[in-house]
Amino acid sequence: MTNIGTRTSPQPTVDDSIALEARRLGHSYGDRDVLGSIDFIVPRGEFVCIVGPSGVGKTTLLRCLSGLQVSSRGSVLVKGQPVKEPARGVAVVFQDYSRSLMPWASVLHNVTLPLRANGVRRAAAETTARAALAQVALADNVADLYPWQLSGGMQQRVAIARALAYNPQVLLMDEPFASVDAQTRADLEDLMRKLQRDLDLTVLLVTHDIDESVYLSDRVIALSGSPAGVADIVEVPLGAERDQIGTKSLPEFAAIRARVHGLIRHTAAPTELA
Amino acid sequence: MRVSNSLKMIALEIWLPILIVVVWWFASANSTSLYFPPLQAILESFAENWLDPQEAIQNLAPSLLLLGSGYLLALVGGVVLGTLFGIVTPIEHATRPVLETLRAVPGVALLPIFIVLFGIDAQMKILLIAFGSFWPIFLNTIDGVRAVEPLLLDVSRVFRVGRARRLFRIVLPSAGPQIFAGARTALAIALIIMVVAETVGGSGGIGYFLLDAQRNFAITAMWGAILALGILGYVLNIFFRIIERRVLRWHRLQQARLETAK
Repeated sequence: MTNIGTRTSPQPTVDDSIALEARRLGHSYGDRDVLGSIDFIVPRGEFVCIVGPSGVGKTTLLRCLSGLQVSSRGSVLVKGQPVKEPARGVAVVFQDYSRSLMPWASVLHNVTLPLRANGVRRAAAETTARAALAQVALADNVADLYPWQLSGGMQQRVAIARALAYNPQVLLMDEPFASVDAQTRADLEDLMRKLQRDLDLTVLLVTHDIDESVYLSDRVIALSGSPAGVADIVEVPLGAERDQIGTKSLPEFAAIRARVHGLIRHTAAPTELA
Repeated sequence: MRVSNSLKMIALEIWLPILIVVVWWFASANSTSLYFPPLQAILESFAENWLDPQEAIQNLAPSLLLLGSGYLLALVGGVVLGTLFGIVTPIEHATRPVLETLRAVPGVALLPIFIVLFGIDAQMKILLIAFGSFWPIFLNTIDGVRAVEPLLLDVSRVFRVGRARRLFRIVLPSAGPQIFAGARTALAIALIIMVVAETVGGSGGIGYFLLDAQRNFAITAMWGAILALGILGYVLNIFFRIIERRVLRWHRLQQARLETAK
């Protein structure tokens, strides 16, 4: 099914400044509407968080954005191209690192898999993989271990390295730090902020944690309602340099946090607040 | 600590065989029974027929050839078809009752039919061994392939991992422990069928030796062959374990880690 000729909007212009876009994205399982009509853009080089309460449909949204799930309605565009299946430019880091890494393969081979699968030769793939492991601050000798021989935080670093090595245009992250302890979580948050700036990544991170969404991102997309819709998109002008204690005790942080909290709490009437 | 532990393990493993041999040796030392000859005589016969290189090759080679060919066929067929059935679930659903029925038929019970269909040559015996030992490998492979972690399949889709790589890097390694469990059961079955199949026709091998000894009232030689058979089974199992330990190293280590974490 194509909509060539029936399209009413103007031809999609390949706008380089937009890495990912959701247009009137909606999804239903059977007759249960999970996602209403979701519109947002992720500008290139930005850190964007989608925040919403548990069960609002965040994972469904991420599956649609990644191309793992074809949405019932609307479309997802990556670099202007509609996504019908996982696109080359998109990498995903899943919440459950212990299940998303191959237990029979070494850390190195876990990271080289996407490269080898996309035609990179072994030697080049291993060089890239080792560089990616260094970027997530894993020591060189970790490469030859099995992932389950590492702590949870280190395993998630491996999953992040795997995504980095793939050199994606958009990095999608689904509750990536929800399964680690608080200190590790803070470390991983700071790692992601550093990586995002150093490598000029475009990151779209899904979380239920409001503090996390505000701390990490340049803008927060607040999801609420059933079916879920975008309550509002909140800019987070907290600057590039942030730290766990200082930034979180700023009055601006508290204000944004409160605003996002209000947005996702009023699940019944998201449009009133928009 | 480690050394004394492994010594303990070895002691635990061999005390019973030693005890049996000692008791058997003395209890049978003065036996004049035709059916229960002294262990000493049995061991002498064993050495003569199964330890002398020329005799051993002559008696063992046909058996090992049958076993090896039949088992290999079962292994390849079981893994290939099991993978196919595991991936294409409609085939599996549609054929499950038939397959469960077929697997329930003991391999040796099919010997008469196989003789009618394929004669009494090595070909028939290989096919019978292959058929009998196919089922546990096949069915375990289906289960193993179907149990692959869904999230890993998502990962492979996200990173656009092709079909062949997904099969060899994700699906089969994931099914590995199950496949090996099936292959281990299949090895025992293959050994049984081998012995029974060799009693048909005159191609040599342990089974033929056994039957021949029994018919000629060479009871001592018969006991020697039974001993050889037991040892063959044991040695095959050791080889199997060595391969399994190598291939499933990750699984063994991971299980050990889970054990200690409990």
